[in-house]
Amino acid sequence: MRNAALVLFLRGLALALLLAAPARASGLDAALLARLAGSDTAARLAAISALGELADPRAAQVLQALGDGKLAAAPGGRMLIDTGNGRAVDAATGEETALPPDADGVIVNNRLRRAISAALAGSRLFSEDPAQRLAAAQRLAQDGDPARLPAIARALAAERSDRVRAALEIAQASLELKSADPAVRRHAVELLGRTDNAAFRPALAAMAAQRPDGSYGEPDPAVRAAAESALRGIDRHLATVEWMGNLFYGLSLGSILLLAALGLAITFGLMGVINMAHGELLMIGAYVAYVVQLLFRRYVPGWMDWYVIAALPAAFVVAAAVGMALERTVIRWLYGRPLETLLATWGISLILMQGVRSLFGAQNVEVANPSWMSGGVTVLGGLVLTYNRLAIIAFALLVVFFVWLLLNHTRLGLFVRAITQNRRMADCVGVPTGRVDMLAFGLGSGIAGLAGVALSQLGNVGPDLGRGYLVDSFMVVVLGGVGQLAGTVVAAMGLGGVNKFLEPYAGAVMAKITILVLIILFVQKRPQGLFAPRGRSAE
Amino acid sequence: MSAPATHALTGQGAARAQTGLPAGAQAPAPALAALARRPLFPPAAWAGLLAATAALALLPLLNLAFAPGHPLHVSAYAVALLGKFMCYALAALALDLVWGYAGILSLGHGLFFALGGYAHGMYLMRAIGRDGVYGSDLPDFMVFLDWKAYPWYWSFTDHFWYAMLLVVAVPGALAFVFGYFAFRSRIKGVYFSIITQALTFAAMLLFFRNDTGFGGNNGFTDFKRILGFDITAPGTRAALYWATLAALAGFLVLARAVTQSKLGRVLTAIRDSESRLRFIGYEPLGFKLFVWTLSAVMCGIAGALYVPQVGIINPGEMSTETSIEMVIWVATGGRGTLVGPIVGAGAVNGLKTWFTSVFPEFWLYALGLIFVLSTLFLPQGLVGLARRLAARRGKEA
Repeated sequence: MRNAALVLFLRGLALALLLAAPARASGLDAALLARLAGSDTAARLAAISALGELADPRAAQVLQALGDGKLAAAPGGRMLIDTGNGRAVDAATGEETALPPDADGVIVNNRLRRAISAALAGSRLFSEDPAQRLAAAQRLAQDGDPARLPAIARALAAERSDRVRAALEIAQASLELKSADPAVRRHAVELLGRTDNAAFRPALAAMAAQRPDGSYGEPDPAVRAAAESALRGIDRHLATVEWMGNLFYGLSLGSILLLAALGLAITFGLMGVINMAHGELLMIGAYVAYVVQLLFRRYVPGWMDWYVIAALPAAFVVAAAVGMALERTVIRWLYGRPLETLLATWGISLILMQGVRSLFGAQNVEVANPSWMSGGVTVLGGLVLTYNRLAIIAFALLVVFFVWLLLNHTRLGLFVRAITQNRRMADCVGVPTGRVDMLAFGLGSGIAGLAGVALSQLGNVGPDLGRGYLVDSFMVVVLGGVGQLAGTVVAAMGLGGVNKFLEPYAGAVMAKITILVLIILFVQKRPQGLFAPRGRSAE
Repeated sequence: MSAPATHALTGQGAARAQTGLPAGAQAPAPALAALARRPLFPPAAWAGLLAATAALALLPLLNLAFAPGHPLHVSAYAVALLGKFMCYALAALALDLVWGYAGILSLGHGLFFALGGYAHGMYLMRAIGRDGVYGSDLPDFMVFLDWKAYPWYWSFTDHFWYAMLLVVAVPGALAFVFGYFAFRSRIKGVYFSIITQALTFAAMLLFFRNDTGFGGNNGFTDFKRILGFDITAPGTRAALYWATLAALAGFLVLARAVTQSKLGRVLTAIRDSESRLRFIGYEPLGFKLFVWTLSAVMCGIAGALYVPQVGIINPGEMSTETSIEMVIWVATGGRGTLVGPIVGAGAVNGLKTWFTSVFPEFWLYALGLIFVLSTLFLPQGLVGLARRLAARRGKEA
């Protein structure tokens, strides 16, 4: 009983406080508000600007209403904010009233509108929402008016959030750049230089640059030197970001190449067979992801985010089944004739491609990223590492780890390595080479299927998805040599990295051409790849 | 890696290799009589070759002499199609020379074909003169890119014979340099195939760029005249057709001469067992390089004949797909037979023409099946099949 009474009491108290809040906050000067509706534009502009400097969230409300044409002047000088349905709020006190029928809407022109928008940014510095404060600070940093400096200083004094504080300091510095006092300017330049933000580069560069008449953008030499050093700092940071970006995209491309080539390297190493249908196995994997996605959407829409996980085993199984069927029906009959195998598998790739085209249409199909793979994390203030690329890098490493485990710590792996080294000898000591061939081919194809799921998360899924990766994955295998997992990993990562680091200088196409030519030259030196098998097995 | 299996494939090649002793200083002993050099073609083959050439040569005459509707009229379409097929056949013949005889599988012959085509195309583009859309001295695509002058590598291409020199020299030089390095490092088998594929792919990317100066994506087209003759006139077309036919027949005889010579036998030995040949004391580099370069030149000439007849050349000719399709012409017809690739190019492309007009969506299935079935069941191609059937009939009779 007593508890219930207490709760009731507390509830009443809270309600009272809540009701009192608007009244407490009303610090708006009615005279100031009345000037908004006057006919003197200069006075109106001054009023708007004054509102913008008030550390009162309600000022922002008034400005917003003014900009939206919702502010009305009632007879008697009261300003009302029209809230619709004939109701209104008194702008000065926050009291709710009925909208008098004879209230005049305050008309604003474009000049006023601009002033309102600038004043709003200033006034939002005192908004209760940190995100709004942050946005206002960032906006002021870009195109602020030095007149806002006192408001920023006041906001800084009151600000608690570190992010908003930092943004406010930047805004303050960028406004101080326009100050007449060299010491203030210098302080501002140093602060901006520390931000590493490319947005300030033009302003700093303009200060450091010499005009055609010989004068500098910045008259004071000390400030100019500070600006130059700040510029260098920003440039250095930008170069770092670019370098890190290249590294990330190189790693990402490398992991894709690795996934695409890993299966090929296994089958090529084992059987000396280049499987031209390998690209189509990737494509099949991607289409399995598409089908699994459709099934999830229809039957378990609540689990849509996890369809990719379910697609992985499905793609592995389907691609492995196709691969094993291929091995049984075609490749097996062409042993010892690698060039013919190449042609036959090319024929199969045509059939698979056209088959998918008949089943799913020639158009690309849509495979969506699950929500946990979309978006990204921003590092170094400008480099976005997208989650799907991060996930694929991790996935590639995982796949390599499992393949390594399989090849080095299972019986099948032992057999595969034995056959890769010397097929006849392995056969002689009782390795069932035929069965191992089939299983290994299935393994290679299954990995291709997994890679296909990964690719479906990055780009378009269409019948000729595999073609794009064919030459690239051959290059990885040729470069890496056969029979060595490490060779494939190094070759894929190396190719990806070199490609992405060349691209900024040469352009995407020339980078690719350069790489192909480099590989052709490299193979002249080491025809068996980076990690060539040595000894008798080396022919 | 492939030595034991290729033996099985190349029965007649191996047999020919045994006839390799020169009829030299000492008179051949009776036991070696079988090894004496055989004539270039048996008389029956000569007769067949001449008959086929004459029959093919007659077609444009029938097109020119008889009006449409006449029972003996051959449509211009058919003549153009056959002209195109003969260009393909020449390319296939070139490929057979390296693959069928030296065991070098190139997945990049489309590159040489296209280079020959582009070299000729440069002349044809300049022969348009001011009849282009923009009425400029420069080709339309250069006007479009706002270029003011021809790049240096276009110099002199307004002279027909200089362009013809390029047709031979560019693919030849590229093949020579590439082949020299590849063969010197003993890159062979699948590795070589993949490297040639990479080369073609790189070239295709290069030619796709507008900045390369070869018309980018669209390549060369809208040709107006060749050596002053209207390129679409039936007479010009017939002349191009005859030129193609002459080139094909001539190169067939040349290829036969090469493969029948001592050099040809060394090539066959390279194909069947390169290491053994090395042990005997031969250096395969020169032999391979010769046949590889010759093949590239032939392919370039095929491309040069192809462009005026088809009226377009674009980087698509350098794609991986095109080059592999060339290989299947050889495989279907029968590798290492010289005639086979010509038959194969005609058969596969005839099928392609038929399919793409009747069942376009099934052509890739059919082509895929041709690839699989011909490698699985026709290791010696159509020619091999015909020979086997003939041998069986001979036994029964």
